[in-house]
Amino acid sequence: MTARERIAGSVANYVDERTGAAKWMKKNLTKVFPDHWSFLLGEIALYSFVILLLSGTYLTFWFDPSQREVIYDGSYEPLQGLEMSAAYASTLDISFEVRGGLLMRQIHHWSALIFMAAIVVHLMRVFFTGAFRKPREFNWIIGVGLLTLGIVEGFLGYSLPDDLLSGTGIRIAHAIIQALPVVGTYLSFFAFGGAFPGEAFIPRIYVTHVLLLPGAFLALITIHLMLVWYQKHTQYPGPGRTEKNVVGYPLLPVYMAKAGGFFFIVFGVTAFLGAVASINPIWLYGPYTPGQVSAGSQPDWYMGWLDGLVRMAPPLESYIFGYTISWNILIPGLIIPGIIFTGMALYPFIESWITGDKREHHLLDRPRNAPNRTALGVMSLTFMLVALINGGNDIIAITFDLTINQIMWFSRIAIFILPPIAFVITKRLCLSLQRADRDLVLHGRETGRLVMMPHGEFVEVHEPISAEKAWLLTQHEQSPPLALEENDMRGVRRPGALKNKLRARLSKAHAVSVPKATAEDLKEIEHH
Amino acid sequence: MTNEIEAIKDPGLPAHVHRRADTDPKAAKKAERQVAILFLLSALGTVTLIGSYIFIPTDVFFFFPVLGNTNAHQLFLGLGMAASLFFIGMGAIHWAKTLMPDEEVVIQRHEFRSPDEDRADFIRTAKEGAAAAGLGRRSLIKRSLGLSLGLAGLSPLILLRDLGPLPGDELTKTSWKTGTRLVTDPGDRPIRPEDMEVGAVAQVLPAVVLAPGAHRKLSDIAKDAVLLIRLRPEEFNLDAERLSWTHEGIIAFSKICSHMGCAVALYEQQTKHLLCPCHQSTFDVTRAAKVIFGPSARPLPQLAITVDSEGYLVAQSPFNEPVGPSFWERSS
Repeated sequence: MTARERIAGSVANYVDERTGAAKWMKKNLTKVFPDHWSFLLGEIALYSFVILLLSGTYLTFWFDPSQREVIYDGSYEPLQGLEMSAAYASTLDISFEVRGGLLMRQIHHWSALIFMAAIVVHLMRVFFTGAFRKPREFNWIIGVGLLTLGIVEGFLGYSLPDDLLSGTGIRIAHAIIQALPVVGTYLSFFAFGGAFPGEAFIPRIYVTHVLLLPGAFLALITIHLMLVWYQKHTQYPGPGRTEKNVVGYPLLPVYMAKAGGFFFIVFGVTAFLGAVASINPIWLYGPYTPGQVSAGSQPDWYMGWLDGLVRMAPPLESYIFGYTISWNILIPGLIIPGIIFTGMALYPFIESWITGDKREHHLLDRPRNAPNRTALGVMSLTFMLVALINGGNDIIAITFDLTINQIMWFSRIAIFILPPIAFVITKRLCLSLQRADRDLVLHGRETGRLVMMPHGEFVEVHEPISAEKAWLLTQHEQSPPLALEENDMRGVRRPGALKNKLRARLSKAHAVSVPKATAEDLKEIEHH
Repeated sequence: MTNEIEAIKDPGLPAHVHRRADTDPKAAKKAERQVAILFLLSALGTVTLIGSYIFIPTDVFFFFPVLGNTNAHQLFLGLGMAASLFFIGMGAIHWAKTLMPDEEVVIQRHEFRSPDEDRADFIRTAKEGAAAAGLGRRSLIKRSLGLSLGLAGLSPLILLRDLGPLPGDELTKTSWKTGTRLVTDPGDRPIRPEDMEVGAVAQVLPAVVLAPGAHRKLSDIAKDAVLLIRLRPEEFNLDAERLSWTHEGIIAFSKICSHMGCAVALYEQQTKHLLCPCHQSTFDVTRAAKVIFGPSARPLPQLAITVDSEGYLVAQSPFNEPVGPSFWERSS
C-alpha cells in the first residue's frame, strides 16, 4: 500500500466513523451522469451564480448603499465637484481608485448577463426535449421561479450604482408599481419611503439584492440540484439507452474533473470579458436626477422584451368614477408577463392533460418528434424576439436609418402575425424532418454516386444506414390521440363535453406525425 | 403505438473504442505533458496578474485596436486572471478526456413510486394521525386555529406600515405657485422672454428659497422640472385658454413624461415634437403637447406662464392637473 492510498483510507475511515456515510458516499461517488453538450447550459448558469456571489461580495467591501449627497472628489476629472449620491460616488471609486475594482465590476455585470442567458438557453433545452415531463414537473417550476428571480435580481443590481441610466430604470419600475389599481399609489409610497425618488430605495434594494434574493436563489438552486441528483439526469435516446437506465460517466473522477474544469473555463471566459469588454461605463452617464435622461436608454437584454412591450402598447387609459386605470402600463408591464410566466410554469401539466400521458419519462424527445410542442416553443420565442427588437427600436432606428415609427408599427403588427406563422412553419418543418428520417431508414443514405443502368437510366446509389442510426431514428413513441367520445355508450352526452371536445382537438393536433419506419416496412422494401 | 407492428430493434451500446492514450504509453505520456503545460499556463496567468498589480501604474492608457483607449493596469490584471482560471479548466478537462477512463457506465433507474403496501401504510398512518388529533371532528379547534394563523400572518404587514408615509396630496401638488419665477436648471437664474430666441429650449425649475447649504430635493425636481420652448406665436394651434397660458410664443410643459415619468428630453426643432427617449411617446408642442405617437395616453401638463413687473417669466398659476405618470386616484 502506498502512502497516498493509506491517507485516502484513513480519511474515508475518519469520515465514516463519524457519519456512517460510507454506503451513501460509495453510491453517490459512482453516480453516473450522461454526457451531452446541451447539459452544460445549466452548469453555466450554476457557475455564473457562483461567480456572481464571489465578485458581488468583493464589490460590497467598497460599495456604499446610501443616497446621502456627497461632493465627488475622486480621480475622474469630468465629475469632480459634482453633487451625487454616496452610492454613485462609491461606484466611481470602485471603478477608478480600487485596483482591480473595475475588473470585478465588469466581471460581475458580464456574469449576470451570462447567468440570465444560460438560464434562458437551458430552459429552451429542457422545453424542446421534453425534459420537464413527469417526474420533473416540480423542478421545471423551480426553474421558472429562478428565471423570474433572476430578472428581478439583475434589474436591482443594475439600479444600485444610482447613475442616470439606472435611475431611469427605477423610475419606470416605480411607474409600474404606481399604475396598480387601488393599491398602486400606496405601494409606491411604502416601497420608496415617500414620493419618487426619495432617499430610501438604494439601501432597500441593496439588502434585497445582496441578502434576500441571493438567499432565495441558494435555497431554490439547492432544491433544483438535489432533485436532479435524486431523480437522476435525463438522457438523449440512442442505442443501449432506455427509460430504465442511465448511460454515462461516473462522478468520480471523470464527471468531477469535467464539471470542475468547466467551472474554471466559465470563470476564465467571464474574466476575459471583464478585462477586454467595457460594460455599463457609469462614469459616462453622470449622477441620477429626475429632470434628465440620456438618449438611447436601454435596459439589460433580459429586460429588453418587457421594455419593448411597454413601448408598443397602445395609448389606452380608462377614467372610471374618478379613478384611472393605465392599460398602457398594466397590459405590457404586468398582464402579458403574468400570462407568459404562469403559462410557462403550468406547461408540463397542460401537456400531460392534452396527451393523457401520466408515465415517467427519462429519455429525451428529439424536438422534431414532438412537432406541436416544438412549434409552440418557437412561437413563444418569436413573440419574445419581436418584443425584444422593439425594446431596441431607437438603437435599430439609428443603426439602419429607419424611423422609430416604422419599427414600432412593424412590431405592433408582427407581434400578432409572426408567432402564428412561426408555429405553422415549425410544425411543418418538424413533420418534414420526420419524413426525412423515415426515408433515411427505409432507403438509406444518399452516397452521391450516380450509376447508369443498362437501359440508360441514371440512379443514385443509396447505402443502408447503421443499425445504431436506424434505432435512433425510430426509437420514439408515436401515441395515438386520446379517444374522448362526446357521448357515452348509450348515446348520452357526457358531462363536461365542451372541455372534452377541446381536449380531444388539442390531443389530435399534438399527435400529428409521419408514421415512423418499422421493421415490416423494411422487409417489404427488401422484397421489391 | 401497439406492439403488433414489429419495431426496429435496439442494437444495444456500441462496442467501446480505445483511445490512443489507452493503448500507447507514448501517447499517454504526451497527453500528460499537454495537461501539465495547460496547468503551467495557468500559473503563468497568475504571475501576470501579480506582476501587473505591482508593476503597472494605474494611469497608463494605450490604444488597442477594437478595444480603443485601454487602461493597461486593468487590462493585464484581467488577462492574467482570465488565463489563470481558464487554463486550470482546460487542463482538467484535457486530463479527463485523454487519461481518465472513458468507458461509459450503465446504471439502472428505479421507479419513484413506492410499493403498494408502503403507500397504503403511509396513507393509513396519515389518517390515523389526523384522527388522533381529532381535526375532522373538532371543527371549533380547526376554525379558531385557522383564524389565529391568518391573523398572525397579518402582523408583518402591520409592522411594515412605517416603510413610507401615506401619499396625501404629494402626487397632485408641485412647487409651482402663482407668481413663482422660472429659473434655469442648472444656474438658478431667472429668465426674461428676450433671453430665449425662437426655436430655443430650456429646462427650468421654480425659484425656491433654500436655506444656505441646502439644495433641491430630487423628489421635488421629479415633479417640478419644466421644459420651456419658444416658437413663433403664429405656429401655435391652441384654443384661446391655452394660448393665454403662453407668453410671446414661449410655452411651458412639465418635463416629466405622462407615461412612466422619464424626462421628456428630446426636442425636434424641425417638427416641433417632444420625444421621450424611454418609450418614444411623442408630443406635438404646437397642439399643447397632444400625444401623436407612442404609448402615452395623456398630453404633458401645460404650465400657464406670464411675466412679472420686472419682466421675468413667472407661473400664472400652479399646474391644473397632477404631473408625471398616472395613478389610481387621478381623476382624468
